This record gives sequence, structure tokens and C-alpha cells, in this order.
Amino acid sequence: MTLIRRILLRLLTMAITLFGVAVIVFFVIRVVPGNPIAMMLPPGAGEEDIARLKALYGLDKTIPEQFVIWLSGVLQGDFGTSITTRQPVLALVLSRLPATLELSVVALVIAVAIGGTLALTGTRLRGTRSEGAIDVANGMALSVPDFLWGLVLILLFGVLWPVFHISGRVSPSLDLPFVTNFYLFESVLRLRFDIWADLVAHMFMPALALAIPLAAIIAQLLKQSLKETMHLDYVTLSRTKGYGENHVITREALPNAVLPTLTLIGVQFTFLIGGTVIIERLFSYEGLGNMAIDAVINRDLPLIQGIVILFALIFSVVNLVVDLTYAALNPRLRHG
Amino acid sequence: MADGRSQVKRRAGARLWLSATWLGLLVLGAVFAPLIAPQDPLAQDLFGARLPPFWEAGADAAFPLGSDSLGRDVLSRIIHGARIALGVALIAGTLTCLIGSGLGLIAGYFRGWPDMVISRLVDIWMAFPPVLFAILLIAVLGTGLSSIIIAIVVIDWTRFARVIRAEAMSQGAMDYVASAQVAGRKRFSILLAEILPNVLPTIVVLLTLEMGIAVIVEAILSFVNLSISTDQPTWGSMIAEGRLSIHQAWWVLVFPLVTLFLTVLSFSQLGEGLKDHFDPVLR
Repeated sequence: MTLIRRILLRLLTMAITLFGVAVIVFFVIRVVPGNPIAMMLPPGAGEEDIARLKALYGLDKTIPEQFVIWLSGVLQGDFGTSITTRQPVLALVLSRLPATLELSVVALVIAVAIGGTLALTGTRLRGTRSEGAIDVANGMALSVPDFLWGLVLILLFGVLWPVFHISGRVSPSLDLPFVTNFYLFESVLRLRFDIWADLVAHMFMPALALAIPLAAIIAQLLKQSLKETMHLDYVTLSRTKGYGENHVITREALPNAVLPTLTLIGVQFTFLIGGTVIIERLFSYEGLGNMAIDAVINRDLPLIQGIVILFALIFSVVNLVVDLTYAALNPRLRHG
Repeated sequence: MADGRSQVKRRAGARLWLSATWLGLLVLGAVFAPLIAPQDPLAQDLFGARLPPFWEAGADAAFPLGSDSLGRDVLSRIIHGARIALGVALIAGTLTCLIGSGLGLIAGYFRGWPDMVISRLVDIWMAFPPVLFAILLIAVLGTGLSSIIIAIVVIDWTRFARVIRAEAMSQGAMDYVASAQVAGRKRFSILLAEILPNVLPTIVVLLTLEMGIAVIVEAILSFVNLSISTDQPTWGSMIAEGRLSIHQAWWVLVFPLVTLFLTVLSFSQLGEGLKDHFDPVLR
């Protein structure tokens, strides 16, 4: 299968998945026991007001008609109006998206750095007590979710040894000269390293909390694959050529051992993004996930719809990118 | 190899016992909460607010782990919180287990169209990220304990269905099942009398892990105030309160956090330990 065909096929399945999500979201929201209109009405509204509001939101039509209207609106970027803030859902959601994307990517980088280091160190020290210690720490990190790691980090680095900020995205006193909401990215472009440092000091704790479970998974799988690769003949050969242990692990074994881990990182990255919902709440980080919880508390259904669909879109894009990266890296798929 | 095996066994045994002991204490605490708890978990006393734990100066012996910003006893709230945590774990875990394992057994043993339908459903479910599912369900069902339990069951049944289906399938292909069929036994009785006992260890392991998940889900939802009303003591709501007063009274956060941490860790270690314990190679 050529790469082009693979891309087209994946785009098609992505469209089907997103359509499925849209259908589920639409119908789940429609079976809500509480009438959404009733929540929007001011006290003392009459029958006429209800009818007018229903017509405004298209609720006087049949369910399939409503779905077609809703879907065509969604495709044109019209996700409706938030019930609590009365602002367009799309604008609200897009204003929060950059914060969540930056947090997720930073967390991913941290997870790869920690997980990779642990796997390589563990392989280098295999058979020693230190390897056992790494395994035990890994097991702990795996069985405790990011929410609890977040709380532990708050205690350690917010209270006991307060070196990082534990709430917010940026210090409110700072004057932000940015035109986009990608603060971290833009602060580098504008060479405003004072703001960059403040952003990192805010982001590091939530990102680390998200990263710890993923780092443990990466460490476990990569170490396993490295161990298997180290027994292969070509690795023994390079050793007889006189290369040192570090060279053998990083230059010879690693390139062959890394592929399964890459696939896993892709799948796990979507879980990490899902984890931002609760971690953002925990660290009062102004992102999409924090907004999602407010939307659920206020039962702001249009906003929930928009957030869920946007998350589903992000997950699909991540899966697509992972799949294509894998295809590009795996020689069997590249030339097949 | 004998040495390595006994070492693995010893380590598995230790974590089995440690986690079982902690969970056993917790169950006792939850069952006898009104007898054990030194104070009424809801009693407020603004003059006795933010009392430190017993080893610090200014502590009150009647409040061994201190009191929160409303003067409520932290220890008593943790003990009473165990009722909700373990209750959700038990109910949600059991229901998820029954539904998921049941469907998995049917799909894996009977094959054919039931398998087609169930496997397709599992695929669709797995494609939908659990967090989004949870947001949608809680938004629709509203807050409260029953919503949390429903959400856990609806989202997590696939964990059981997928694994048990595969196990039932491999058991179904074994000779003892074929000979039971030749002996003229009804298929349904074979499923219950032959297949079920053989997949039971896996079901027990999955159930233990699922209970840990249920505990953390309930804690997270009560942390963000989407669980039961705030006057009920839950570990999650205690952690949320502690998070707010962290610089004034660290103990309000630390003790429920440690309790939750140990509980989640115990459930997962118990599950992993049981997995090793049931593993015929290690046994």
C-alpha cells in the first residue's frame, strides 16, 4: 500500500469516527432529562417566549431535521451559543485550546525525556540493585493516576519546597504583549524570556503530573524491547568490534527497539490529553479541560458539545499523525 | 531459575499481604464507622478550626489528625469517607464485572452473531475516549452517586468483556469442553460449570483493578464537586477543601490524600499480586 492511499484511507476512517462522535453527542444531549430551554428562560416567561426561543434554537423541528441543521452548522464552524456566557461556543473553545495543547505537548516531552532516560539507565545497569529500584519506582508510577501525582507535586513543590507555581497559567501581574493564545510559543518568538520563564514555572507542575504515568509506561516498554534487542547477534557483533556499552545501547540497540514504544506513545498521548481535564482543574490552569468541568457543572450543553467534538477531533488528528509516522518509520510499510 | 522464581513469589506474597491488610482495615473502618470515629464527621466548631495533628503544639487529643477550616474532625471524616469510597468500589465494580464478564463469556463461548454484536459494540466503545464519555454522561445524568456508578459501568464494561471473551474463547477450544459437549451436556451448563470456573481467576483480578479505578473516579468527581452533596464526607471533597487551605493547614489535604493514595495503590497491587498468584507458571 502506498503512503498516499494509506493517508486517504486514514482520513476516511477519521471522518467516519468523527461523524459517529457527532451522532452520539447530538443524541445523548437530546435525551437530557432537564429541558435546556427551561434553563435559559427568565422568570415569568410566557408560552410565546418559550415558542420563540425554541424556534431560535430549532427545537420546534423533528429530531432528524434538528440533526441535519445542527450538523451543517457544526461543519461551518457554528457550534451554537454558550448558555452561561452567551458567547459563541467556537470562539470560547478556540481561546482555550492553545493552553491545553501547550500543556499536553510539554507533558509529552517531559514523559519521553524521563521514560527514555529510565529505560536507557535501567538497561545500562541491568542485573544490578539499581535496576530493581527503577523497576519498583516504575510499578508505583504506573499504578497511581495523574490526579494523585498532581496532588503529591502540589505538596512537595508548592508547600514543602515552594519553587514552582501551583495555580494558574501565568502571573496576573505580567503584561502580555501576545496576539495569539500560544503564550509559550509566542514568548520564545518574541524573545520575551522573562514571560517564558514565568509560563514554564506555572506549567511545569501540571505537565509533570501528566507525564509521570506515561513516563513509567515508556520506561517499561522501551526497557523490555531494549533487553530483547541486546541479545541479538548484530549487537554482540558490534560489541566484539570493541564499541563501548553506551555506544552499543544508544547507537545499535535503540534504533531497532524504539518502534513499538513510538506506537505506544501515540496511543497514550490521547490518554494524556484526556488527563488534562482533571489536571487543569487541580492546578487552576485556564485550558479546555477546566472549561469542560465548568460546563458540566453549569450543564451548559452547547459548550459541552463543542468541547467534546473538539477533543474528539484532536484525538483523531493525533492518531492520524501517529499512524503516518509509524508508516514512514517502518521500512516494511514504507516499501510494501 | 528456582531462586528467581521464589524471589518473585516472595515479593508477590508481601505485596498481597500488605495491600490486603490495608484494605481489610479500611473495610472494618467503613463498616463500624459510627463506633470507631472519635467525632461526628459533620459537627462544626469554628472555635476549634484548623487544629493541628496530635504531635504538633496546640493539638487537641480529641482530634488526632487535626480539624479542617470548619472545625470538623479530619480522622472521623476519613473513616466515614471510606464508606462512600468502598461502597462505590463495591457496587460499581460488581455491576461492571457482572455485565462485562457476562457479555464476554457469551461472546467468547457461543461465537456467531452474539460475538459479532458484542465485539462491534466493544470496538465502538473503545474508540470513544473515556474522559469525553464521562463528561457527556455526567452532564446528561446530573451529579450524584448513582450517576457516578452508572457512568463507571457504562464506560468500563468493555475492560471485562474484551479480556473475558478472549479467555472464554481459548477455554472453549480445549479438550475438556469438547468432551463435555460429546457427553451431551447443555451448552449453557458447560459455560457455567466448566468455562466460568476456569476464567474466574482473571475475573477476580479484573474486579480488583476495577474497584481501584472506581475509588479514584469517585474521588476525582467529588473533588470537582460533581459527586454527592457537599455535606457528606468524601475523600475527594476533603482533598478539594485541603487544596484551598493548603498554606494554612496542610493536614486537611495530606491525610485524605495519603488514605486515597494507599487505597488506590493497594487495589492495583492486590490485583497484580493475585494475577501472579493465579499464574500456573509461577505457582
